[in-house]
Amino acid sequence: MKVTVTVNGQERSAEVEPRLLLVHLLREKLRLTGTHVGCDTTSCGACTVLLDGTPVKSCTMFAVQAEGREVTTVEGLAAAGTLHPIQEGFKEEHGLQCGFCTPGMLLASKALLEENPDPTEEEIRWALSGNLCRCTGYQNIVNAVQWTARKLQSDSAATGAS
Amino acid sequence: MKPPVFEYHRPGSVAEALDVLAQTGHDGKVLAGGQSLVPLLNMRLAAPAHLVDVNWLGELDQVPCDAGGVRVGALARHARVEHDPGAAEAVPLLGQAIGDIAHTTVRNRGTVVGSLVHADPAAELPAVLVLLGGTMELASAGNRPRRVAAADFFVGPLESALRPGELATAAHFPRPPAGSGSAWVELARRHGDYAVCGVGVLVALDQGLRVSSARAALISVGPVPVPVDLTDALAGQPHDAADWAAAGRLAAAAVDPEDDIHASAAYRRHLAGVLTARAARSAAAAAASRLEASA
Repeated sequence: MKVTVTVNGQERSAEVEPRLLLVHLLREKLRLTGTHVGCDTTSCGACTVLLDGTPVKSCTMFAVQAEGREVTTVEGLAAAGTLHPIQEGFKEEHGLQCGFCTPGMLLASKALLEENPDPTEEEIRWALSGNLCRCTGYQNIVNAVQWTARKLQSDSAATGAS
Repeated sequence: MKPPVFEYHRPGSVAEALDVLAQTGHDGKVLAGGQSLVPLLNMRLAAPAHLVDVNWLGELDQVPCDAGGVRVGALARHARVEHDPGAAEAVPLLGQAIGDIAHTTVRNRGTVVGSLVHADPAAELPAVLVLLGGTMELASAGNRPRRVAAADFFVGPLESALRPGELATAAHFPRPPAGSGSAWVELARRHGDYAVCGVGVLVALDQGLRVSSARAALISVGPVPVPVDLTDALAGQPHDAADWAAAGRLAAAAVDPEDDIHASAAYRRHLAGVLTARAARSAAAAAASRLEASA
């Protein structure tokens, strides 16, 4: 059946089997391989994308269920060659090693900061508790989110002052 | 392709969904949040011939609250109910327990009614419904909707009283009596994992802040949630100095857990006692602060 989804601001259509998972639509039909697939069971968070701005695990949703919705993947974060502040934060604070969990971490973090621009360390850890990282021990990921929160706040203060 | 082949149905109304479920009978399965069902499909532990996707039925995405309690529609997701101010005021135990369901991302998608229908013996919400004496609303084509009490709804592990062709349209969580407080406590190996043991407790106090009644419902220690009346251990005692350990002993004696790869039966029984004592103490404190706030 046909599915039409707005992915990173662009309307995309594909002919799919109803059993195709959203993550496989993204990776295999639309060739957006930034979204990784780990456990297929909602456990690891590698496949996290934003559905109308809310983080969901794209391994436990069918592509046809995203009909008419907006999906944001890691490819939609950087604009015109400029890293999104959350990507900058992960780079500055070395919030990744192998990178497998990173797309999911970035999107879950972005959603957190939009809802809560000044989260405590504990709030960050809770928000990312559905995203597993096997490299960093999480400390640098938490640092990266905190770095981004500070950056976004100082940017908005600067904008407000000008 | 991970999941097995199925025929996908996207009904545009509850009536249409009921028609499809009536036609597909045993071969039909409702797809709501999918946070339990889709992993089962991905692992090919389930292979329904028809999936009836109710995610397009906005009429089921309602959480009305009134003096009687909270009625959670079939499409209300955990995150919405967890953060609903009306639900938090009417039935605080709902939000307390939902906070221990998996992680935020799963709660953004999974539904309260879906969790109830899934009837996992390690799931929080069946115990909440049992503890509060709630009811399920079940609809089917050509019949009047029927209501099933929580105590009758959970039949066994992953087995409920829902019949083929039926759609659980809502769950009703009654408001606990004035002067009561609740708590949810569970232990999991890692946060977000299934509980090794979990317990919800509801404590009611009299005007002198003494316990008038108390009861618990425990998960992961039996095929269905285990209700335990704690009143005998706590009645008449002060809200801040009752014999919580005695309440715990009642709970430990009431459960009959089994050994499995996660924990021995003896350890689960030990947890049932410890966690019930903790939850009872917290529930009594919550009841006292609610009473003092309203005084």
